[in-house]
Parts: sequence; C-alpha cells; structure tokens
Amino acid sequence: MTDSTASAPKPSSSVKLVLLGEAAVGKSSLVLRFVNNDFQPNKEPTIGAAFLTQKCQLPSRTIKFEIWDTAGQERFASLAPMYYRNAQSALVVYDMTKPSSLVKAKHWVAELQRQASPGIVIALVGNKLDLCDDDDPEDEAQDGENAEGHEEEAVRKVSTAEAKAYAEEESLLFYETSAKTGHNVSEVFTAIANAIPETSLKGPRTGAGGGTQAAISGGQDTSRVNLNARGADGAAKEGCAC
Amino acid sequence: MSKKVDSTRSSETQSPTVESGNQNATTSSDTSTSDRCDEPIDSSLELRPPLPPRPSLLERGNTAAGGSLRLSKRAARPQLQSQATTALSLADVHTANRLETSSPKSSPASRAVSRKPSLTPSAHQPSIAVSEVDDGASVRSVVPTIGTRLDGESTLGDLIEGAATPAFKALSAQIERANPFDAVLAEDDNLSTQMQHEFQNVESMNKDGQNEEALLNIWKAKLKHFFILSASGKPIYSRHGDDQLISNYIGVVQTLISFYQGAKDPLKGFTAGDARFVMLPKGPLNLVAVSRMGESDAQLRTQLESLYMQILSTLTLPSLERMFSNRPSTDLRRPLEGTDVLLDGLADGFTRGSPSTLLSALECLRLRKSHRKVVDETLLKVRSQNLLYGLIVAAGRLVSVVRPKKHSLHPGDLHLIFNMLFEAGSVKAGGGENWIPLCLPGFNNTGFLYMYVSFFSTSEGALSPEAERPSSAGKDDELAIVLISANKDSFFELRQMRADLVAQLEKNGSMAVIKTAIRKGHASCSDITPGTVLKHFLYKSRGNVQFTMPSFEPHFHGLIAKRKLMSLYHNLHDSIHSRTAHLKVQHTVAYDATALAWETPLFELYCVASSNASRAALVAGANKVVSWIRREEERVFIIGGAVF
Repeated sequence: MTDSTASAPKPSSSVKLVLLGEAAVGKSSLVLRFVNNDFQPNKEPTIGAAFLTQKCQLPSRTIKFEIWDTAGQERFASLAPMYYRNAQSALVVYDMTKPSSLVKAKHWVAELQRQASPGIVIALVGNKLDLCDDDDPEDEAQDGENAEGHEEEAVRKVSTAEAKAYAEEESLLFYETSAKTGHNVSEVFTAIANAIPETSLKGPRTGAGGGTQAAISGGQDTSRVNLNARGADGAAKEGCAC
Repeated sequence: MSKKVDSTRSSETQSPTVESGNQNATTSSDTSTSDRCDEPIDSSLELRPPLPPRPSLLERGNTAAGGSLRLSKRAARPQLQSQATTALSLADVHTANRLETSSPKSSPASRAVSRKPSLTPSAHQPSIAVSEVDDGASVRSVVPTIGTRLDGESTLGDLIEGAATPAFKALSAQIERANPFDAVLAEDDNLSTQMQHEFQNVESMNKDGQNEEALLNIWKAKLKHFFILSASGKPIYSRHGDDQLISNYIGVVQTLISFYQGAKDPLKGFTAGDARFVMLPKGPLNLVAVSRMGESDAQLRTQLESLYMQILSTLTLPSLERMFSNRPSTDLRRPLEGTDVLLDGLADGFTRGSPSTLLSALECLRLRKSHRKVVDETLLKVRSQNLLYGLIVAAGRLVSVVRPKKHSLHPGDLHLIFNMLFEAGSVKAGGGENWIPLCLPGFNNTGFLYMYVSFFSTSEGALSPEAERPSSAGKDDELAIVLISANKDSFFELRQMRADLVAQLEKNGSMAVIKTAIRKGHASCSDITPGTVLKHFLYKSRGNVQFTMPSFEPHFHGLIAKRKLMSLYHNLHDSIHSRTAHLKVQHTVAYDATALAWETPLFELYCVASSNASRAALVAGANKVVSWIRREEERVFIIGGAVF
C-alpha cells in the first residue's frame, strides 16, 4: 500500500492538527494509536508538547498530518496559542467518564472559535469508550495518562446524546473513541482529513522543515491508516463524515 | 547539623581527624597530604596539590556556641597528634558505638544513622560529648611528614594487628569472596528486601480506611521518603503514600518545623530511631528528606536542593513566589500537576544512588579526541540562529555540547534534563519530537527556555534515525538530541537544525562512532587498571565538573549491590567533605570492601577493592586510575566543548 504513493503519486498536502483537552483524557494515547498503532497503559503525562507526523490516505490525495499533541495541565494553557495558531484542524478531547473534562473541552472549543484561524476543522472526541462498554466492566481506569485512581466504578458519565447535541450546535465533528482498543481512532483522523476544505489544502509546507518531514514520513508504515474501516472513504469528501 | 556543630570545625588542621561517621569498628583512617599517594607517580607530572594551610587549633578561637562539643574535641586532638601510630583500637570504637546507638552492628556499607551528633535541643547530652571523645581518642593516626614514602606494608601490618579482635576475625572469615557485595549477611538481608519493595507504590486507601494500618506499615518500611510542603503546611509532594495516608505525618513535620522557626532557630535535621531527618527551607517551601540509608545531612540536602530545582524548573522562581505572596495558602499541587513523575524520577535516582548527584558532576561518553572534535565542529556548523545550548546525550551521558561563550551549563540543570529524558518516560514514550518549556534554574531561575528533544535508537540497523520510532528500546542505546532556545517559536528552526545535524553526522561518520561508543558501554575496571585490586572507582575532575567511572559489571550486579557500593561512596564522600574534618585521603576497611577516597584540588577519586586488598595495592590502583585519566582526559571528559 505504501508503494501506491510511489507508483501513482497522488497530490499530497500537509495538515496541521492540534490536540487540546484536559489532562489525562487520553490525547497522547489517541495520537499514539493513530501514529504507531500502539497503546501504553498508565502513560506518563506529556510535558510541553509532542510533535508527530502521520499520513492519511484518501482516495484522491494523501494528507500528511503534522500533529501537535499538547500537555493538558493548566500551566501549559498559556502556550496553546502557539500550537493552534495556523492549525487547520483541532481535536478537542474529553474523557467520557469525567464530566469536568467536557466542560474543559467546551472552553477549548470556544477559544479555538475565537482565536484560531477561521475555518479550522474541529472534532470533539470523547475518549475511553472501553471503560464504558458493558462487556468488560472490570476494566478500570487503566486507560489514558495519569489514571486518577478514584474512578473505581468508571462508567460513562457523559452521555452520547449530550455531547453530540453540543457538537452539532457548534458544528463540530463528533466521535467516541477508545485509544485502548483503537475503536474509531483512525476514523476521527480520516473524517478530519475529509473535512478540510479542498481550497485550504496546499502542497507540502514550504516552511522550515518541510523537506525533512517528507523524508521522515517517507519511511513510515502508512498502511494502517488506510481506509479499510468504514465505508466513509468513498463518501463525502467534504463535510462531516459521521 | 546546625551551627553548633559547625563552630566546632577546626577545618584545615593537619591533625588526624576522623569524621565521626567513620567511627565504626572496621574503619581505619589516616589523614595526610595527598603527596603520599602521589609519590609513586612520575613526579614530573604536576599533579601535586599545594599543601593545605595549617592554622593552629588554638588560634581558631573559642567563638560562641557549642561549648561542650568543641571542648571535647580539643581535649582529644592534642592527644592524637602526639601519638604517631596507625594502630586502631577497634574494640573501643565498638563499645562507644554500641553505647551510643541501639543498632547492633554497623558497618560502613550500612551503618547506623546516629553517626553524627544529633542537633535536637537535647544535643548537649553527655552521650554526645562522650562519643566525640571516644571517637577522637580511639583513632590514632599517623601524622605524616611531607616526603615520607608511603610505607604501605608496615602501616597496614599495624592495622591488621590492631583490628584483630575476635569479632573482626569472625567477620573476616567471610571475606574471601569474589563479589562480596553480592553476599547477603543478616543485616543486609533487611536492606535487600526493603530495597526490592522500595519503588513499589503504596496503594491508595480504601474508602472505609480498612487497610490504613497495612498501608502505613508498607509506607513506614520505605527506606527513604521525600516530602515537600508549603510554609503553611500544605502537602505538595510525597514520594510514597497519598495525601490521606500521610496527612497526619505532614502535620507533625509542619509542627516541628514551625516550632523551631518560631524560635528563630530553624530545625535542620534530627535522628529518630534509625532514620535521619533533614529539613531544607526554601522560600515558601519546606523540603524534608527521611533516610534510613546512612547518607549524610549534606548529601540529603543536595538531594532536596535538586527536588527544589525541579520545582523551579516547572514554575520559575518569580511565579512561585508570586503565587505564595498573593495567597500563602496556595495549593501548589495544581500548578505542579503532572510533574510527580519528574520528582519521583529524581527521588528514586537518589534512592538507587546516583554518582552524578553524589558528585554534582556529569558523565560523558568516552570518545576519541579527534572524533569529539568532529562532532563539535559539526554542531557549530549547523548551529541555528536561536540556539542557546545544544546537547547530544547518549544513555544519560553527554556526547557533546554546543554553548555560547558566556554561558556554561550548570550540572544541576543538566541533571534535571537528563532526569526528564531518561527517567520519566513521557518524553521518550510519546515518540516523535518534543517541545518543552522549562526553566533551567542554574542558568536563570526567572524565565523559561524551550527545549527541542528528539530521540532515536542506536541499535544495529537503525541507520536512518527517522525510521525509528522509539518503542521498547532499552535505556542504554538511546541517543537524544537536545536543542535549547530562548525563543518559543523556534521549534521548526531547531527541527531543521536537528535534521542538518543528523545528516552531517551521518555523512562524516560521527554517528557511527557515537553509536559504537554507546554500544561498548563503560569499560570494565580491569581494562582500565589491569592488574590492580580495584573493583570500581569514581573519578571527578573538579575543573570540568565531570566524572567518569568504569562499568558496574562484573562485580556489582543488580540494584542492591550497586546501592551498597553507592552507600560506600556516600560514606567516603561524606568523610572527605565533612565540614568537621578535612581529610585528604581516607582509607576504610570493612568486612565486604576496602576503599580509598583521595581528594586534591584537581580531582576527587574514590576506589573500591575487595576487603582483603592491602592498602598499598589500593593505592597502586588509585595511582593507576589517575595516570589513566591523565592519558584519557580528553576522551572521558568534554573539555571546553563547542563554544560560539
């Protein structure tokens, strides 16, 4: 699948994406699942921000995500503009077992709508779906960074309806995911890739580091991200895929 | 230790003094100028340090405090100076030791904590004074005349004779072992089992508090605790146990601290049972270390300083002070959220024993001078506009550094960075690249710098660093490029520099050289000093603030053996850095090891050999190390580095 890029070069564009959300909701775990298809229980909190890249193959083009995975702690909040400035897309993550994290997510959405570039594609993501599944209620707060420990009966505290209603109100993409099981993770990124307006897609970034980034992800195994999951691939190139 | 003890210090005296910590039965000590050990070395090399000044004891007058302690010392010392012998009446010390402490046995490797007079208000009890006298009186040591040849054999003979108490004989029956540190004696067993559980987390309490007692027992069994609390007594950090579990104890600590602060006589440390408590007030914070591992107050204080530096590194000093001046009851846990990993990393490093912290120095990757020069030049060549510091770090060791001429790197800052990169997993685990705001308090504690970090594995076959996503790679083959800037927008600029740097290093072959050096690891001690009795050493170059050491293998395998070795180093370090005694050379014999500490203005050297090694052999080994360093100086240390 990787050679598809080589044999029939599709137009490729870079998309800057930033992850925001309260500490310990699983931002890094989502990225890690998307980029490395890996999951680490009890991941330590991110310090500052991590920068990762990953390609996402759409039928018509290749989207190269340049992902800023920011730290959720309060003290890093003042640095956030640095990361969402010029971002074409944002993933605002909350923990569906923790209502306060949705409140925080709403703050981020508001800030993005106020301060980030107009036309930014925002996806609201409720993470830790695995904790809410009735199949294995044993699974405790293993998920995500910095497990709080007190969520002994970690069950859904934020209903799908509530979050979805909010997302529709603010015209956000909306997904419920599990970084642990991988459920819906690549779908979120694919939906974002699809939702980026064609007009705002440029060639590979020309700014500093553009050339190297191509080199970096050139070696990556991109097959995983292929759109084998849902029927969404052929569908709507623009607009919400959910 | 508070001022009272300090005033007893008759520092640079030439008189043989033994730091009270070494009053253990098996310790021998002699004070001398370093010339003695220098002597076997080719004298054309100008290593010989100047003689220390020798103010007369009596001149260092009777200043105010601490009468009883000092008097006893002065009573003891003239007596010492008059007796030029190395005979060591071990029995005496034993008794004294037993009288003073309840600990049945104490050896340098795991000694009882009461080795220093405690400075609780009861410090003037007769027992302390007696111990001081006994301590001094029991150690008769030679006062060397300058230029005397080191007569290792004969002095050692004396020593053994003097040491041959029945108890010692019983112990020495067990001496002949290849790796004595692996041996498990009854008292060590305790340490070993505790050490194994030391890093396990204390679970949180059940809702009903049923398991409180069990948890408290686990908690109390920890060998080492660190607490940070605010001046108003709010808990900020504890290595073990959650708030609920420790709140009572935090309250006690707070009461103790504020009681003495109220009396304008801040509490600096005390001993309770076998635990040593050390307090360090830092602005709006109080830091407390509790150790049952026999570290000295100064060493514990250094560790607390380092934790404090970590807090500054997260918050900066002005913002810390602002928070507390606005609201003295600020709960610092929130702004520090997520940094527990970093503090835990530091704390556990101290508990395991870190040569770097002990010596306040850093370690470099051994590289040929010419190779390092190429790396340095490459760094300078690709240096980008906004770069402040650039580091190449391999497995916790510095490969190369590029820095502005007017700023050097503070070892404490580097330690924080290394801790973040290699102990706390988050930077590595995230994969990709990181952009981390941090304050380097040694550089400037008022503002943030921004650190670009990129890891790649050096394992075979990973020629293209970009092809590597860090996964489960071991700590030992990780290479990190760290680029620090004062400009928070320079991520992509530094990223480009990283790419250029890697490309250049690959091109000129340096990358391969570095990877080979990393894979080779530390040289073994027998390669460095073939034919000597040495099993391990630490050598700190004072001028470069760097140290080097051989590999722990094959003699010190595993956490416990290493910790015991580190404890021995701590004792040696303590004895030559103690403020009450200025030793230049310290030789100790214990049932499991003999050791030598040697201090000159240029370096500090700590050597360890098996317990049956003669002093002469140990000295010969030490000299070998020194001459090896002299040959290898520009390989094992970064001298200058790339400066712009």
